[in-house]
Amino acid sequence: MSDAGPVLEVADLVKHFAIRGASWFGRRAQVHAVDGVSFSLARGETLALVGESGSGKSTVGRMIVGLTKPTSGSVRLAGTRIDDLDRAAMRAHRRHLQLVFQDPYASLNPRMTAAELIGEPLANFGMRARGERRVRAAEILRRVGLSPDYLDRLPHEFSGGQRQRLGIARALALQPRVIVCDEPVSALDVSVQAQVINLLADLQAEFGLSYLFIAHDLAVVRHISDRTAVMYLGRLVEVAPTRRLFAAPRHPYTRALLASVPVPDPGVPRMRAPVEGEVPSAVAPPPGCRFHTRCPDARSECRRVAPPLEAVGPGHFLACHVHGAAKPAMIVGGD
Amino acid sequence: MTAPALQIIDLAVDLVSRDGNVRAVDGISFDLAAGETLALVGESGCGKSITALSILRLVPDPPARIHATALRFAGQDLLTMPEDALRKLRGNRISMIFQEPMTSLNPVLSIGRQITETLREHRNLGRQQARDEAMALLRLVRIPDPARRLDQYPFELSGGMRQRVMIAMAVACRPDVLIADEPTTALDVTVQAQILDLLLDLQRRIGTAVILVTHDLAVVAQTAQRVLVMYAGRIVEEAPVQALFARPGHPYTLGLLAAMPHLAAPHSDGVRGRLAELAGTVPVLDRPAPGCSFAARCVWAVERCHDERPRLAEVASMHRVACWRADDVARGRA
Repeated sequence: MSDAGPVLEVADLVKHFAIRGASWFGRRAQVHAVDGVSFSLARGETLALVGESGSGKSTVGRMIVGLTKPTSGSVRLAGTRIDDLDRAAMRAHRRHLQLVFQDPYASLNPRMTAAELIGEPLANFGMRARGERRVRAAEILRRVGLSPDYLDRLPHEFSGGQRQRLGIARALALQPRVIVCDEPVSALDVSVQAQVINLLADLQAEFGLSYLFIAHDLAVVRHISDRTAVMYLGRLVEVAPTRRLFAAPRHPYTRALLASVPVPDPGVPRMRAPVEGEVPSAVAPPPGCRFHTRCPDARSECRRVAPPLEAVGPGHFLACHVHGAAKPAMIVGGD
Repeated sequence: MTAPALQIIDLAVDLVSRDGNVRAVDGISFDLAAGETLALVGESGCGKSITALSILRLVPDPPARIHATALRFAGQDLLTMPEDALRKLRGNRISMIFQEPMTSLNPVLSIGRQITETLREHRNLGRQQARDEAMALLRLVRIPDPARRLDQYPFELSGGMRQRVMIAMAVACRPDVLIADEPTTALDVTVQAQILDLLLDLQRRIGTAVILVTHDLAVVAQTAQRVLVMYAGRIVEEAPVQALFARPGHPYTLGLLAAMPHLAAPHSDGVRGRLAELAGTVPVLDRPAPGCSFAARCVWAVERCHDERPRLAEVASMHRVACWRADDVARGRA
């Protein structure tokens, strides 16, 4: 694999799910879970993918690791297209691309010990000797902050935070280049969450890992990511370096999202909820800009034409008719 | 000062099993003033939800056994009150909302039926009156198109709408006390902001006292007047919200605040800052230590902390901390 260029690239990723049984006028209703998402991930970078439920962020993650087949679009790992590979061909690439789930309890086989859970991917990729796998598993356990004494324990014998460490250990076993972390700390208590976030940062520095960090907690995202991509109803609305996005958000949805986060300081007066309503159904997403039904700044153009994601600054991309690059005076038909 | 809406003295809850007793909640005492918002905050397993549920005796016995020196509401003893008298209070003068409204709404009854049932039970309204009142309540919690919603079922509503329905039912009888157990935890952040607005507005309008049970210190900072921090079944710190954030007194509170990533924290240049970790995990309750339950994780702990349990002691007006080294912590922090 080449080291030049992005380690991961997705282009125009689309996923429509057919709804079972539903058929209107002979046409099956579809959930537009993801509708044209493109981004790239550099080596050693953390890109956060944020959005509320139904934004499609997890579906993007699942398509990248091959758990969900895209309707269209492509996924490239270090330049090689992997979304259209069959299982056998995918296997070779799979080791470079791992997934860490939100709930390690649901993702770890309850009947396998820590040694077996970490050893399984090693065995799958050619480490035949059981003793060798055990030694390696012990090394990895130690690296994620768990004692090798835990090798023979079952998942239920670990606490929530330890289980997430185990999930990370399993993902690390094959020395991947990219780890897709799907809400990896959402189920953890604050004190344990800090431990896992620090661990992820340490591992990244040590192994040059790239993370796609899927999350809804903006304070965590701000802390851990280099760049942030904001999704709403299956589309990216804004992508920017994290510092810039949090300091100067441009999209009305990004602004609303940031303003909704409660501030842990009783001296800061609470702001009223910045947006009304909830995310519309992805079965019949609104035409034009998908946020227009809740957007305080929406104009008629927003209701008709989907705004493209365009550069508005260095590394800063925005999909908005109203707050886009210096052209507010040119908008016609505004009301 | 007016009499407290709720007075709890020395509440303890045992969970009884074949393997023995586990004391899940121990020595909890607090008053809830009329109209105030009191937050009960802590991590999973600290006993905050059991404390809240015990007030209305909603923890099933067995396995739970509730003990208390006093559990008083408006001069009545909730602990010894017969079940049918208690049922008249629940949902009427003291009501509750939960984290996941889907599990507390009846899935096979329409929204309208569920709200009118409460109204007819507690307020003796006729069928049409109850329906009109239910409409008014849905309007009060800002549910659009309330007439249509009345005939819908819980599964037809979004999570935010379901939580609004729960709130409508909880405030239907203008309760004196509203116990909200993680009311916004399952909701998206933009919807959480809306629901918090709604709760605070209704509280101002009705004058209800609120016990907010939550793990989220940011939500606490923005909604509560007074805070109880719980750890391993006990209150470790009690303070007005301003004091808690400005001058946290218990090492656990300090640790929690430091471990939280913060939207407004200064962004370090170059190397990403590390979050302060609280080492270890919450202790197992079936082997209680004789000393402070936090001692094993505490950077301030000395020998005494492992041997002898500290009681809540005043460090400032209305600010109490259960820590042998509270004075040193206060100096060290400053």
